[in-house]
Amino acid sequence: MDFNDTPEEAAYRAEVRAWLDKNAVRKENVPASEVPGRGDVLRASKAWQAKKADAGYACITWPKEWGGAGGSSIHNVIYSQEESNYAVPGGVFAIGLGMCIPTLMSWGPEEAKQRYVKPAVRGEEIWCQLFSEPAGGSDVAGLRTRAERDGDDWVINGQKVWTSGAHYSDFGIVVVRTDPTVPKHKGLTMFYIDMKSPGIEVRPIKQMSGGSEFNEVFFTNVRVKDSQRLGKVGEGWKVALTTLMNERLAVGGNQGNADVKELISLARETNIDGEAAIGNGAVRERIADWYVQAQGLKFTRFRTLTALSKGQTPGPESSISKIIAAKKMQELGSFGMDLQDMGGVIRDREISAEGAAYQEQWLGAAGYRIAGGTDEILRNIVAERVLGLPSDIRVDKDIPFNQMPKGK
Amino acid sequence: MNLDFSDDQKLLKEQVRKFLADKSPFTVTRRILNAEGAEPYAKEVWKGLVDMGLTGAAVPEAYGGLGLGALELCVIAEELGRSVAAVPFSSSIYLAAEALRLYGSEAQKQQWLTKLASGEAIGTLAVGEGTFAASPKNIKTSFAGGKVSGEKLPVPDGDIADLAIVLVNAGGKPALAIVDLSANVAKEVLKTIDPTRSHARLTFKDAPAELLGEQGDGWAALTRVLEGAAVLFAFEQVGGAEAALEQARGYAMERYAFGRLIGSYQAIKHKLADMYVKKEVAKSNAYYGAMMLNDEGAELTEAAAASRIAGSEAYVFAAQENIQTHGGIGFTWESDAQFHYRRAKLLALTIGSPVQWKEKLVRQLEAKNAA
Ligand SMILES: Cc1cc2nc3c(=O)[nH]c(=O)nc-3n(C[C@H](O)[C@H](O)[C@H](O)COP(=O)(O)OP(=O)(O)OC[C@H]3O[C@@H](n4cnc5c(N)ncnc54)[C@H](O)[C@@H]3O)c2cc1C
Repeated sequence: MDFNDTPEEAAYRAEVRAWLDKNAVRKENVPASEVPGRGDVLRASKAWQAKKADAGYACITWPKEWGGAGGSSIHNVIYSQEESNYAVPGGVFAIGLGMCIPTLMSWGPEEAKQRYVKPAVRGEEIWCQLFSEPAGGSDVAGLRTRAERDGDDWVINGQKVWTSGAHYSDFGIVVVRTDPTVPKHKGLTMFYIDMKSPGIEVRPIKQMSGGSEFNEVFFTNVRVKDSQRLGKVGEGWKVALTTLMNERLAVGGNQGNADVKELISLARETNIDGEAAIGNGAVRERIADWYVQAQGLKFTRFRTLTALSKGQTPGPESSISKIIAAKKMQELGSFGMDLQDMGGVIRDREISAEGAAYQEQWLGAAGYRIAGGTDEILRNIVAERVLGLPSDIRVDKDIPFNQMPKGK
Repeated sequence: MNLDFSDDQKLLKEQVRKFLADKSPFTVTRRILNAEGAEPYAKEVWKGLVDMGLTGAAVPEAYGGLGLGALELCVIAEELGRSVAAVPFSSSIYLAAEALRLYGSEAQKQQWLTKLASGEAIGTLAVGEGTFAASPKNIKTSFAGGKVSGEKLPVPDGDIADLAIVLVNAGGKPALAIVDLSANVAKEVLKTIDPTRSHARLTFKDAPAELLGEQGDGWAALTRVLEGAAVLFAFEQVGGAEAALEQARGYAMERYAFGRLIGSYQAIKHKLADMYVKKEVAKSNAYYGAMMLNDEGAELTEAAAASRIAGSEAYVFAAQENIQTHGGIGFTWESDAQFHYRRAKLLALTIGSPVQWKEKLVRQLEAKNAA
C-alpha cells in the first residue's frame, strides 16, 4: 500500500498538470457565480472531449485502437484528480462512455465496435441509456416496451422514461421485451439504436429543479436491424446487468459543488446565536462527519480501482458509494442553507453563498437519491448480494410476464 | 390535564380545511409557481381567508378582530400548512399583526392593526440582511431622526406588503421600527427555493418610520415575536408533514414494483412510520407550545424552540422522503411532491434555522437548570 506517486506517476501527474494549465482555467480563477459553465454547454463539452482525446486523456484505460490511451487505472485516477481542480465542462458523456459503450464493447458485433467506439470517445457522438419505463425503474425487468421480429428487422413499440440526455443523444442502448409469455427476466433483449430512427419521439421532462435533462421517449413502429442486437435474443437481462454494473462504477463521484472546504468558509462567514458558526460544536461535528464520509468515498473508490487494475471485477460493494454520496449531497446542501439562515431561502447565483451551490445541490440530490438505483434498492443489493441475507419473497420470478400483478 | 383543542376550535379547523381544500388545491399553488413572480400570491384565496375573518382571529375586537386567541391561530396555521397555500398569512398575521398587538402603541394599533385584521393592508417583518443570521451586533439598517435607511433581505412578502416591522440599529441598539412601504422604499423580487411564497429585497432610503410603541428592549421584543411565530409555524409544519405523509402513503398503496405494492416493502413501511413518528413528536411539542403561547406561560421560550425544532425536522423529513417514495416521478415539475419539498425547507429557514433555535433552547435550559 502506498499513496505516494512513484517517479513514473509523478512524471505523469506533472505532464497532466502542465497540459491542463495550458488548456483549461483553474476553478479558483472562475467566480463562484459562473461554475458550472453557462452558455452552450453541449458544444463546449464536445470541444473539450475532442481536445482530451487528441492529447490521450479521454478513456485513459481503454486500448489505443479504441481511441483510449492504453493507460492504467492509476493514470486515470491521477488525471481525474488533477482535472477536478479545473473548470471544465463535463457530464454529457458520462452515461455513454461509462455505461453504453462498455456494454457495446462487451456484447456488440465487431463492425459496430469499429463504427461507434471512437466517435464516442472523441465526443462526436453522444449515447443514452433507454432502460426505465413508467411501469418500472427499480424493477427494470418489468418493462413493457415490445419488440417483434419481422424478417431481418425488429419492430419496437412502447415508451421509455427518465432517459437522461435523450434530447441531444445520437444513439442509445435500449432493452425491450421480445417474449411476454416467459418469466420477466427471460423475455428481454438488448439493442443499440439510432435516436434519429423514424418513429422515435423525444419529449423533454421538466425536473423539479427547473432544468430538463431527462426525457420521455416514445417508440412507434421503430425498426432496428437484427445486427443491432447486443447479446442473444432473450438474454437482454444479462446484458443489462453489465450496464448496471458499470453504472455503479460511473456514479458515486457526483456530490455537488459544495463540500467540506466550502462549508468551512461558509461557517467562518456566518454566526450562530451571534457567535462565529465555525466555533459551534454542532457545526464542527458535522464538518468532521462529512469529511470522514468524503474520505471514505474517495478511498473506497481507490480500492475499487486498485482491484480493477489487478484485473479483478469490483463487487457490489461499490454500491455503497452512491448510498453515502447522494444523502450527503442532500444533507450538506440543506445544512449550508441552514447556516445562511433566513437568507438560505434565496436561490440566486449572485446573492447566495458559493453561487447558490447549496440550494442547487439540495434540489438536485432529491433526484440523485433516485437516479441509477434508489437508496432502498442499493441497500437491498448490499444486504442480499454482499451480506447474503435471504432475498425478499418474490412473487414475480417464475410466472409468465403477461400474468404478473401490475399497478400504477 | 387537557392537551387538546376545544370543540369550537376543531369546528373552526374543519371550516378552514374545507375552504382551502376547495379554493386552494395544488392547481392554485402551481399557478403561482409557474407565474415566476408575476403573480406573487393567490389573491382569491387570500380574499376568502379575509372574508372568513381569519386575518382578525387573534386581533382584539377593539381593533376590528374577532378577539379569539393564539389557539385559534394555531388551528388555522395547521390547515394553511396542510394545503401549502400561496398566501401572505404568516407574514401579515403571525409576524406583523402579532408584533403590533404585543408592542404597538394605541395609535399604531388603531392605524395598522385594524388594517391588518380587515385585510386592507398586508404586513411583514424584515429581519435579515443577507445570507447569515441577524444578531444584536450585526444590524446595519439604521434608524435616526424618524427615518430608516439600509437594506433588508430576504423579506417575506416584501414585494406586496404595505407595511413592515423592521429590525433596525437605533443609535447602537437593536429596535423594531414601523415603516410604511409606500414611500422611499425600493422593492426587488428575489429568486428563492419556493416561488409559491414571494420574497423581496427592500432598500430603504430615508424612509419615514417610527419605533414600535412599547417595545422596551428591541431584541427581547423581536425574540418574543419570533417565539410566538415559531409555535404558529410549527403548526404549519405539522399540517404540511401530515399532507406529505398522506401523499406518500397514497402512492405506496398504488405503485407496483417486482409484482408487489411498494408499500408492502419494509424499506417503505419504515420510512412512512418514521415520518409518522416525527410528525407526532412535532405535533405534541406544538400543542404544548400553543398552550404556552396562549397563556404567556413561563416555559414559552423552550416550548417555542422545541416546537420549531421538531416541526422543522418532521416536515423536512416527510417532504424529502415523500419524493423518495415516489421514485423518478417525484422529481418532476409535474409532481405535487415538490410543493412540500420547497415549502418544508422554506418554513425551516424563515424565522431562523434549526441550528439557531437549538442553541437558544440549550441556553435557556442551562439557565433554568443553573447549578
Ligand atoms: C435524475 C434522474 C435521471 C435518470 N436517468 C435515467 C437514464 O438515463 N436512463 C434510465 O433508464 N433511467 C434513468 N432514470 C430512472 C431511474 O433509474 C429510476 O427512476 C429509478 O430506478 C427508480 O425507478 P422508478 O422511478 O420507477 O421508481 P420505483 O421503482 O417505482 O420506486 C418507488 C419507490 O419504491 C421503492 N422500491 C421499489 N422497489 C423496492 C424494493 N424491492 N424494496 C424496497 N423499496 C423498493 C423505491 O426505492 C422508491 O422509493 C433517472 C432518474 C432520475 C431521477
